[in-house]
Amino acid sequence: MTLTSPSSGIATGPAPEPAPEAGGAQAAVRRPSRLRAVAFTIGRKLIAAIVVLWGAATVAFFAQLALPGDRATVILNIRDGQAQLRTPAELAPIRAEYGLSHPVIVQYWDYLRGLLVGDFGVSYQQFRPVTAIIGEQLGATVILSLTAIFFAWILMTVWVTLTAGRGPRVRGIGALVDVVAAGLPAYWLGIILLLVFALGLRWFPVIGGTGVDGLILPALTLAIPLAGFMAQSTRTEFERALDQPFVISARMRGMGDWDVRIRHVLRHATIPAVTLSGWALGATLSGAVVVESIFSRPGIGSVLVAAVNSQDLPVVVGIVTLVAVFYVTVNLLVDIAYTLIDPRLKAS
Amino acid sequence: MTAVSTASVVTPPLRLSRLPWGLYAAGLLGLLLAIAAIAPQLLATHDPYALDYAHALRGPSFANWFGTDESGRDLYSRIIFGARESLLIGLGAAGVGIVLSLILGSLAALAVKPAAVVVDRVVEVMFAFPALLLALLLIAIAGPSALTEIFAVGLGTAPGYARMIRGQILSAKNSGYVEAATALGHSRARIIGAHILPNALRPLVAVFALSVGQSIVWASSLSFLGLGVAPPSSEWGALLDAGRGYITQAGWLEVVPGLVIVAVALAATTIGRHLQAYLEKGEK
Repeated sequence: MTLTSPSSGIATGPAPEPAPEAGGAQAAVRRPSRLRAVAFTIGRKLIAAIVVLWGAATVAFFAQLALPGDRATVILNIRDGQAQLRTPAELAPIRAEYGLSHPVIVQYWDYLRGLLVGDFGVSYQQFRPVTAIIGEQLGATVILSLTAIFFAWILMTVWVTLTAGRGPRVRGIGALVDVVAAGLPAYWLGIILLLVFALGLRWFPVIGGTGVDGLILPALTLAIPLAGFMAQSTRTEFERALDQPFVISARMRGMGDWDVRIRHVLRHATIPAVTLSGWALGATLSGAVVVESIFSRPGIGSVLVAAVNSQDLPVVVGIVTLVAVFYVTVNLLVDIAYTLIDPRLKAS
Repeated sequence: MTAVSTASVVTPPLRLSRLPWGLYAAGLLGLLLAIAAIAPQLLATHDPYALDYAHALRGPSFANWFGTDESGRDLYSRIIFGARESLLIGLGAAGVGIVLSLILGSLAALAVKPAAVVVDRVVEVMFAFPALLLALLLIAIAGPSALTEIFAVGLGTAPGYARMIRGQILSAKNSGYVEAATALGHSRARIIGAHILPNALRPLVAVFALSVGQSIVWASSLSFLGLGVAPPSSEWGALLDAGRGYITQAGWLEVVPGLVIVAVALAATTIGRHLQAYLEKGEK
């Protein structure tokens, strides 16, 4: 969560500029070829994303086969919470319900077909489709996750705009806070916030309800490390942008320092953080597992922990796959947006 | 400028007096941790298992530095005695993660084309699952235990490092000295063994230190969720899990073990970062 620096992968400096285009007529001729190049790149990324999702679904399917022992017996034992040998008469309905009498390859095919229409199978424990279980809880987690990302953006932009590119001492403190914030484990941060603001100051309820005031502490718990993480790459970019010609020219036009920072530098500097959006969604959705547990909030995180405890694999696999789908989709969208926006796209 | 660049071709000598204080603090914490892991009785003030219900849930004091838990056990001594397990899990998970990512990363960078592409996609697929979820998937299959925890955390962190290692090897592969070695007619195996791997894997020492810190945090998250080492043990995450029921009366049961985990993770990160900077300085 904390230590692999995102800036190393993204801020590799500006890509080489394309050769200046000669004349308007030639640019008009070249336009279709750029369109084709964009379509081609997007198509390739789309296929790559589909391959990754197919791989993730395959991992998910085989994870369900990995429980040792006869599957129907395992399912019955998980359902009853006791380990014992079962008679064929007991096993027959389970075999029929989960299609276990078919060969594995047929089960795999059915599983993939089910995924396409949003069918994640049936819970071992709750006698209900996984989709229904997730569907009830997904809303709470998505709200938490988006609120956290929103908070993280506010915290990050304010903190970086205030401290980046100042005197050495302020810069040092700014960067140190980034690193420490990014390294804070969610469970500990959550407990500190809970102790200080809910138990000590009594500003927020201890057991988070579904209301707005129950949302703030959990969202902050996810937002602070995320903000620290994004701030590290934004800060590097921010300080680099402060020396760029467009900043100097803005200053020469008589623009004040705050105006320069907010209107020119900040916009330029947040690009790497936008690139991290897919990652941020994945991080907050998986961080929700811990946070929902601390604040006793409903959501897919709580469902996941309970399901892992009872080895209810279809539920575990369903949630994990769903988060992977979110993650890959957002990354794909960010990628496509860049392909559309960035004029430096190579025609190859 | 020229003087600097010629001087730093050789790895700079390590001058202890020039090191920043943060590194000293990290080193000191590392030393204490090593003592606690090897011979905890040297540092502990109480028997970590001695029950004393008359002094249950007492706050931090001179007698019990970090307070006591619900059975009157001394929290400080329990943390000291938990160091071995926490550290072993952290080191083990980092080891599993590095070995796994080393295999995946070098296959993706060096194997023949179709195999490399397949490995590349496998890493990509692993990367699609957030680390914690990948770990939880493994625990759901294998059931919670210390060993599962090690492999789960290792598996969770591996994709990120695999990508990094792949990048390192590729950049070494495209460098001038490899081109020179190829021109000299050296065999592929010799080029990989003598040039690419040593240069690409130098930063791995630093990455391992970073990974230990990260792994300790991940592993304690799993124990905190009740999906790792179970509470009778005084592994740090398990201490956090055990203290959760008493958060309204005895906040220190959560704050102190968490602080220890954060401090250790920060120390490992500090050492790793400095090691990284030191190795990079030597490379230029």
